[in-house]
Amino acid sequence: MSVLKSSILRKVTMALSGLFLVVFLLQHFTINFSSVISPSTFNQWSHFMGYNGLVQFVLQPILVFGIVFHFVMGFILEIQNKKSRGVPYAQFKGSKNASWVSRNMIISGGVVLLFLVLHFIDFWIPEMEHKYLEGSMFNAELIDEQRYYEELVHKFEPYWRVIVYVLSFVFLSMHLYHGFSSSFQTLGLKNSVKKSLLSVTRAFAIVIPLGFIVIALYHHLFSAHHLLYP
Amino acid sequence: MDIKLKIWRQKNATSKGKFEKYALNEINPEMSFLEMLDVLNEQLISSGESPVAFDHDCREGICGTCSLFINGRAHGPDRFVTTCQLHMRRFKHGDTITIEPFRAKAFPVIKDLVVDRASFDRIQQSGGYISVNTSGNTQDANAIPIPKADADLSFEAAACIGCGACVAACKNASAMLFVSAKVSQYALLPQGQVESKRRVKNMVAQMDEEGFGNCTNTGACEIECPKGISLENIARMNREFILG
Repeated sequence: MSVLKSSILRKVTMALSGLFLVVFLLQHFTINFSSVISPSTFNQWSHFMGYNGLVQFVLQPILVFGIVFHFVMGFILEIQNKKSRGVPYAQFKGSKNASWVSRNMIISGGVVLLFLVLHFIDFWIPEMEHKYLEGSMFNAELIDEQRYYEELVHKFEPYWRVIVYVLSFVFLSMHLYHGFSSSFQTLGLKNSVKKSLLSVTRAFAIVIPLGFIVIALYHHLFSAHHLLYP
Repeated sequence: MDIKLKIWRQKNATSKGKFEKYALNEINPEMSFLEMLDVLNEQLISSGESPVAFDHDCREGICGTCSLFINGRAHGPDRFVTTCQLHMRRFKHGDTITIEPFRAKAFPVIKDLVVDRASFDRIQQSGGYISVNTSGNTQDANAIPIPKADADLSFEAAACIGCGACVAACKNASAMLFVSAKVSQYALLPQGQVESKRRVKNMVAQMDEEGFGNCTNTGACEIECPKGISLENIARMNREFILG
């Protein structure tokens, strides 16, 4: 990180890693939403993502690096920003000149980070165990191409997990609402381009997290019941 | 109108400051904010107390000397207004007005409400100029045709008075709006373009060295800037920096 000494360069890396995560989010959403429409398609796509060499050994490490980098750099910048103030104001009316979401990216980002810990425990760690400890990655006999839909639905059985996921997606939406459009400002795009992108970024920030909420609620309310009581 | 004041008092740069409370009666609502502070200081001097130190010069909103964080906002509650152009009619009888210095690690307090903004001068010295050999045969700037749109944008950027309200208002104490205004005013004109790459690199490096925070695009600086300097300048500076 010490290589990135320039404030603008640091911000540019935040913007680029953020945009990369936005692309990942869109791909993740597309696959997950297929579980609502067609469980077999969801199984098919999940199996491809889970056992394709390029995805597993090239794209996945890049993704993990992107996530870790975005969070670590975010915290570094936040600490630096706090230090830059020095003595805090007794009265600071931040709401008079900037939105809550833009001023509290560290809170929304922090909630998303906590959510990711749960999400990794829920899905990623069991996947890694199955593939690399039990060995399904290297033993075709252990592969079950139809397990993904059922596993997903079971996760959304307990109502507490659905509540946690829904709340996390609300914070994700807030984070994206400022962060997505903000990245284009950091990358120095011209006003005319930014203005035309603004509605797209804001729509994305609302529609994608809302879609994830729909997936969680749908499986909790409908699919889980069907699996338990077919 | 009667008002109460809660003012940051600090003897010098090294001492620990604290808020002091004062009451002022029969203040004329047509007074400027700084005239109100003049009245307070006259009272303090006549009672043998130390007057409140605050920066001011032109009192016409053009020199960038006045500062003050008034009731939680840089230059007070109004847009496009410096503290010297703020009037007491903006407040109500019985109000308590909190006055603090502009807060930033790069703007250390010298005394009371006066802060050292020499960090802005050092940033300016690191590249906020054009190298012209003033031999007596220098070409008149007006002789170079410049598109009207560029001239207007450059002029708008040059309207920055370097008061530091952008730093004061930013939750990160970032100086990006100030630096970007200076970078833009030259980058948009042919005379400035010659040194544009070196300028942006040096000015940003100096800004970082001074200890200003990072821009998180909240837009607070643009709202609080008394001269309405646009965030578009920050995008232009980023663009110049990345392409440079």
